[in-house]
Amino acid sequence: MIALLIRDLRLAMRAGGGFGLGLAFFLIVSTLVPFGVGPEGDILSRIAPGILWVGALLACLLSLDRIFQLDFEDGSLDLLATSPIPLEGIVAIKALAHWLVTGLPLTLAAPFFGALMQLESPGFSWIFVTLLLGTPALSMIGAFGAALTVGLKRGGLLMSLLVLPLYIPTLIFGAEAATRGMAGFSATTPLLMMAGITAGSIALLPFAASAALRVNLR
Amino acid sequence: MSQSTTNRSTKRSLGQRMNALWEYANPVKFMALSGKVLPWAVALCVITLVPGLIWGFFFTPEAANFGNSVKIIYVHVPSSTMAINIWVMMLVTSLIWLIRRHHVSALAAKAAAMIGVTMTVISLITGAVWGQPMWGTYWAWDPRLTSFLILFLFYLGYMALWAAIENPDTAADLTSVLCVVGSVFALLSRYAVNFWNQGLHQGASLSLDKEEHVSDVYWQPLVLAIIGFGFLFVVLLLVRTRTEVRRRRLHALMARERMIDA
Amino acid sequence: MRDLPRHNARLAAENLTVTRGGVPILQGVSFTLNPGEVLILRGPNGSGKTTLLRTLAGLQPPLAGEVQAEPETITYGAHADGLKATLSVEENLRFWASVHGQSDITNAVEGFNLAGLVERPSANLSAGQKRRLGLARLLVTGRPIWLLDEPTVSLDVPSVQLFADAVRAHVAQGGAALIATHIDLGLEAASFDIGPYKADPATASDPAHSDGFDEAFL
Repeated sequence: MIALLIRDLRLAMRAGGGFGLGLAFFLIVSTLVPFGVGPEGDILSRIAPGILWVGALLACLLSLDRIFQLDFEDGSLDLLATSPIPLEGIVAIKALAHWLVTGLPLTLAAPFFGALMQLESPGFSWIFVTLLLGTPALSMIGAFGAALTVGLKRGGLLMSLLVLPLYIPTLIFGAEAATRGMAGFSATTPLLMMAGITAGSIALLPFAASAALRVNLR
Repeated sequence: MSQSTTNRSTKRSLGQRMNALWEYANPVKFMALSGKVLPWAVALCVITLVPGLIWGFFFTPEAANFGNSVKIIYVHVPSSTMAINIWVMMLVTSLIWLIRRHHVSALAAKAAAMIGVTMTVISLITGAVWGQPMWGTYWAWDPRLTSFLILFLFYLGYMALWAAIENPDTAADLTSVLCVVGSVFALLSRYAVNFWNQGLHQGASLSLDKEEHVSDVYWQPLVLAIIGFGFLFVVLLLVRTRTEVRRRRLHALMARERMIDA
Repeated sequence: MRDLPRHNARLAAENLTVTRGGVPILQGVSFTLNPGEVLILRGPNGSGKTTLLRTLAGLQPPLAGEVQAEPETITYGAHADGLKATLSVEENLRFWASVHGQSDITNAVEGFNLAGLVERPSANLSAGQKRRLGLARLLVTGRPIWLLDEPTVSLDVPSVQLFADAVRAHVAQGGAALIATHIDLGLEAASFDIGPYKADPATASDPAHSDGFDEAFL
């Protein structure tokens, strides 16, 4: 299992743009939004949590097809499926690798992009905490979507259509928790709901995703 | 005949009555039975839906504050009810396919999705048309409206997945898994949306909750229209499932041809 | 010396019906592969050799009949090698070794004459060298039963010889191999021609097993 994690991380680094691409996309989103809505600080700081969350979600989506597609094409997935590691474990490890390469860097960088969006200083920690709790769910849900579409030739667009609706609850609770926290209200409920979605996704979705992979490998 | 032997060997414990029910999941039996049921379903649909709508549109008084626009509820409410219930029905048939591998069940889910998405669109459009005179806007991010928009997205994803996969059994498996997982997330979205926009609107201002305060004059034709929409769904579902079974049979015949040629 | 296979390397197919795209293509396939044996799978292109091998490897369920083998005794070598272009020869082998709970790769490196290439990224290997690396993977899995699909594609004569030697050494240690190939490997092996098992459209679909087959619709 560890070997698979190390391999996936190594592949992401060597393929170039493993960490960089998602972050660059995130930076571009944070740059483009002020051009779109204007430079007024109060508007920007008000919409910052939402923009950062949507940006993180889209950056996550960009790299989802890498989770299984390359391994499917070069035959590794067949070999992994017949290896001693259970397929559920393979799915979970690959989602973890995706999170380490995408979700974690975004979480760490989000406060800096928050500064670009004129976020006030208490907002930094709220963005950080909500993304830290929420991005694992994004990776796991994304792995499920990737498993559904792995056998398809033009799966990318279809996968977005399947995955984005599944992201809605995480996005709502995540952005809501950040907004409330910044405004000084209690954010316990949305935080707990989001943590629950993350925990539930990690516990259950590997089974659904591996079922989908088995169907696609037949 | 062959199906019955399998059924008997595997499902004896469920009792004869259950057994007889499952046999209709065999495509041949389903085609025979649905062919007989269809005319009756059409008749029931006509005698409930037509009077329900005519009664609702022409023989109910105009509401004092809404005018004629209130009459759109005779399409809006039934289609909304159907939109949700059809997804639930798809969840059940998907589970039946995953657990018991009855082909008709998977095809019924596929057939229902098209009807469900149509109902969702009708519900959204009639809601917008009604919302304009009532709230002065076609669209508001009201929890109920937003939930239906999300439901629409789930229908779209489900149908797109069916369309993208060539092998029918693979498609049935994957869409069923998506339907089960999607149902959980759709439910979560419903709660999330309620949470997200609580307090902006004073509760649900349109749709079902309101009927509790509506007088019988409006309520009785509405019930008839909802029943009529229910039968309309049954009719459309039977027709579309029969089409899917025939399409699948065509697929099987062509596969057999190829095998004989090879 | 490599670890001797600890499992019983016996593989038996009993009255197997296999499907491709939902249509049965082989039916009534029965054979036994005992430890120390090599069986050459023969049949024209498109006759179902790959499908049979994938079914035996557990990647797809048979329509009827059963595959008897101890779990985790089989490794499958497909057309695709499951190699990562950005990883070096050694990294590729070490990955598959550790996934299968092995650590020693020297045997595999020497057996397929890869010693001079260990540092090279597999993107820079020739087709034949890649193939050798893909076959070397079989040795690091430590599994006794090899199911191989056209293993000698793009190998030159000396490399085919290396491969034949590796198979010989493998069966001498109690392993077994089922090899789909069109060329003469110079091995002492029985042939198994799948021609006679071509599914007959009229009888293949025993309706008692009609799960997943279109026969239910005819």
